[in-house]
Amino acid sequence: MLTLTCPCCGVAAEETELAPGGEAHLKRFGPGASDEDFETYMFARKNPKGVHFERWRHAYGCGKWFLAARCTATLEVFGTYPAQTTEPPADLIARIKTRRPDWEGCK
Amino acid sequence: MSTRLATGGRLIDRTKPLNFTFNGKRLRGFAGDTLASALLGANQMLLGRSFKYHRPRGLVGSGVEEPNALVGLGRSGRFEPDQRTTTTELFDGAETVSQNHWPTLDLDIGVVNNWAYRFLPAGFYYKTFMFPRFAWKHLFEPIVRRSAGLGRAPSLRDEDRYEQAYGFCDVLVAGGGVAGLAAALAAARKGARVIVLEQTAHWGGRAPVDGGTIDGQSPDDWIRNTLQTIEKMENVTLRRRCMAAGLYDHGYVLGYEQIADTTPGDGRPRHRLWRIRAARVVTATGALERPLAFAGNDVPGVMLASGLRDYLVNWAVSPGDRTVIVTNNDDAYRTALALHEAGLVVPAILDARASVTGALPDAARALGIRVLEGRGIAKVHGGKRVTGVSVCAQAGEGSVLEDIACDAVAMSGGWSPIVHLWSHCGGKLLWDAPRAMFRPDAARPPTGADGQPMAVAVGAANGVFALSAILAEAKDTAPAPAIPAPDDEAPMAPVWVMPQGAPDALRYKMWLDFQNDVKVSDVQLAAREGYASVEHTKRYTTLGMATDQGKLSNINGLAILSDALGQPIPATGTTTFRPPYTPISFGAIAGEARGEIFQPLRRTPMHEWHATHGAHWEPVGLWRRPYTYLRHGEGLHDSVRREVRNTRAAVGLLDASTLGKIVVKGPDAGKFLDMLYTNMMSTLPVGKCRYGLMCSENGFLSDDGVVVRLSEDSWLCHTTSGGADRIHGWMEDWLQCEWWDWKVHTVNLTEQFAQVAVVGPNARKLLEKLGGMDVSAAALPFMTFTEGVLAGIRARVFRISFSGELSYEIAVPASEGMAFWTACLQAGEDLGLMPYGTEALHIMRAEKGFIMIGDETDGTVIPQDLGLGWAISKKKADYLGKRAQERAHMANPDRWQLVGLETLDGSVLPDGVLALAAGVNGNGQKNTQGRVTSTYFSPTLNKGIAMGLVRHGPQRMGEVLDFPTEGGKVVQARICDPVFYDKDGEKQNV
Repeated sequence: MLTLTCPCCGVAAEETELAPGGEAHLKRFGPGASDEDFETYMFARKNPKGVHFERWRHAYGCGKWFLAARCTATLEVFGTYPAQTTEPPADLIARIKTRRPDWEGCK
Repeated sequence: MSTRLATGGRLIDRTKPLNFTFNGKRLRGFAGDTLASALLGANQMLLGRSFKYHRPRGLVGSGVEEPNALVGLGRSGRFEPDQRTTTTELFDGAETVSQNHWPTLDLDIGVVNNWAYRFLPAGFYYKTFMFPRFAWKHLFEPIVRRSAGLGRAPSLRDEDRYEQAYGFCDVLVAGGGVAGLAAALAAARKGARVIVLEQTAHWGGRAPVDGGTIDGQSPDDWIRNTLQTIEKMENVTLRRRCMAAGLYDHGYVLGYEQIADTTPGDGRPRHRLWRIRAARVVTATGALERPLAFAGNDVPGVMLASGLRDYLVNWAVSPGDRTVIVTNNDDAYRTALALHEAGLVVPAILDARASVTGALPDAARALGIRVLEGRGIAKVHGGKRVTGVSVCAQAGEGSVLEDIACDAVAMSGGWSPIVHLWSHCGGKLLWDAPRAMFRPDAARPPTGADGQPMAVAVGAANGVFALSAILAEAKDTAPAPAIPAPDDEAPMAPVWVMPQGAPDALRYKMWLDFQNDVKVSDVQLAAREGYASVEHTKRYTTLGMATDQGKLSNINGLAILSDALGQPIPATGTTTFRPPYTPISFGAIAGEARGEIFQPLRRTPMHEWHATHGAHWEPVGLWRRPYTYLRHGEGLHDSVRREVRNTRAAVGLLDASTLGKIVVKGPDAGKFLDMLYTNMMSTLPVGKCRYGLMCSENGFLSDDGVVVRLSEDSWLCHTTSGGADRIHGWMEDWLQCEWWDWKVHTVNLTEQFAQVAVVGPNARKLLEKLGGMDVSAAALPFMTFTEGVLAGIRARVFRISFSGELSYEIAVPASEGMAFWTACLQAGEDLGLMPYGTEALHIMRAEKGFIMIGDETDGTVIPQDLGLGWAISKKKADYLGKRAQERAHMANPDRWQLVGLETLDGSVLPDGVLALAAGVNGNGQKNTQGRVTSTYFSPTLNKGIAMGLVRHGPQRMGEVLDFPTEGGKVVQARICDPVFYDKDGEKQNV
């Protein structure tokens, strides 16, 4: 039962208040995209044992989507940040690298 | 025999006798008793039968570890099976029954299994599944089902109520023994908010029974003084009868509080489930004593040394006059001393260690008790009760050296720290070889959201047994750097089989799991049959799978397995510790979410009117909608047919308030809706309505509804009743996460408006009678909308139709919904108005060939399958689902497509049936070429009509398909146009 802090309203929300939304920072491929690109966008999801960037919605709170960086093995939360971004903030990346020196970074 | 002693008993109040029954027999105990101590005090040693062999079973322990003494407790709506007598407090009028025997506890036919043990070995179930194939179903299953199982499941609704509560703290201490209280006090003095949970009714844990000194005080004094200090602190909450059942992610602790178990029917909730968030958890959960594996260790009267000591000291119950002690450690000598002090006889202490020198053995010797070194039990004599033991050399093969008459045996195989909470959330263990125990590895604790340790183990739960060390450790709640040896005890010697060279005949009678009947021989057989993993062995033998979850058996079992596999114990490892620590009631898990408040009920503004006018309800999401309005003496079918016929002939009234209503507004709203819907919404003129389809990004049809252009920058999107929240969430997802720079605002106004559909040839007349608005064909043509006042109420009137009839849907503020509904009813009195329900709605839409989300769609259907290509814009460069629909298999002409189906005999096709095709598939199943998606009796056409998806369907008009139905019958149906009624739309075009 995770707790994540919603960056929009600041509430440390329990998992029952949240709805998961899968992998963050997907790039959408629409008409004109190759079958391979569309397949990757639609179906291929990262499933790392370790650092993962995820979408969550504060569904029973402020209703806003946000993103979270979390270790899927230990459930350590490195940080949460607004959904309106195409990549994780630099300070978050730095924090993750401190906590997980072997992490290979966003790929 | 077991009996109540004349004096003593630190927990009982002899001035308060309590009456209870066991199998109808009237017995008496005292306030402060558990069911177990009261039964034992009343000389009830035989309490149940084991699971597989139906062996006689008596008490082994005195607490949560007890595997045997389970009873059915209570009566009728408060009956509950498998209640552990050792943790159930006695109350006046308690009714208990023993379990798993037939016909009686004393005479159980099932005990024949006991003599057939050679045919019921480990993996018995698996073997019956395998060979011969017919035998499981016809021979083994009926026998196993009849003889297996413990208590009988209650048949009545639970009369009690339960509740849940939330707690928050800096430090949660699990366990209210010396270690827990000391840790709580230390944390509280530093200013932390502390919650202490103690699963029993008493503070202090084992210390008052085991003795010793704490800070120069007796355990009882220290506990009393410490509690007095703690109770004055406002930042500490003490909670007894509340077990920390599990530790979950990020410091989430489940607490199981028993409130009214001993006062059934007093109005309070029986149990309360605490959902606690703790920044840090201190596990002070103590330790459990292990049994020893010797032949006949399951005969009633053989008990754990600590348990026997508890009955003696806490409840003044003597399990027998003559108790033989068998041990591999010094702690069991405390039981000998306690027995001696109570004036009972200890004929001998059999110590498996070759040389015994500690202070405790010396004390026993000084009292004249025989201490036999290097000795063990070859065999216990007796059936339903111990009558004696045969003594042998622990190092030998079981040759009998001596027989000792006794009526109780106290055994101790050493102690295992209770590491469940520590382990639930990833805390690791290390094997402490000298003391033969797994204990928490402080270097690998469970970690929390910040990646830091979220739990620390103290006291016996950490393998620290000496009172002085416990105090020192608990005070700074930091793990002790080195585990000190207990104050006054010599080292124990691991003993896993007694005697160590025991032959098969003895191993067949050495129990590991008392409840599930798993013996040393079973685990060894599993190893020989190739079960090398402890998790597999557990499932194969059922070791540790009983209601006690192996609290006594697991460590002994995996030691046996390790030995059989020739590997050290840590290489075998433990099975996974899973919450809850002991079983908790389903009632507590459900809490108050049962019956009418299991989930919220959404009511439209007209709900009460429906309820009082014959509504037969249909659940739609969390809403209830009238399926039909039953009249006196009318059946469902007749009622629905009446409503359809009346709506087609005169006028019907439908509560459409549950329809999703989402306003989308802003400079980029048109652009946004063009992405969301398959058709073009940005070009919809103000005042017009357009039917729209929404697809998932994977191309499948997800929702439909009428979109209305309210003004230059705002649209009203109608969704399905069940889809409003989902579609609103879908919109917000794209707006917040993908197109966050688009200027669009969405609001779900579903509950802000009541919506009423006035449907049928007399619909316009009815609206004209309501007055206030021009609703003529010229002023309000099909697929347009207007705003104004109707019947004196602000209203939006949409001229849309889901039935093929002249139809208006009128939205009014929710607060005025009932007033408007009433106005319609009054205006419609002489126009033949009747309200109609969702079934009539469904039939009328099917007569017109309109699809229904969830009937014609199932998550694999694209709009093109449903003949809805006209609603897909060819001009748009993009919309959600467009790229997916361009994939080869989406454009495949072989996809099943929507058609109408009419049976040749006029009957109604069963829902969901498949149309057969020639031949069989690779699995030998008949090939199929279509399926029925909607099927009804049409009152309008007086015959069965259906819609379905059929391969190449639209090109096969007139062909007849075979639909197999139940009982091997085949119904034939002809493929036809899905529009069964008024193909040219003349009825709505007026």
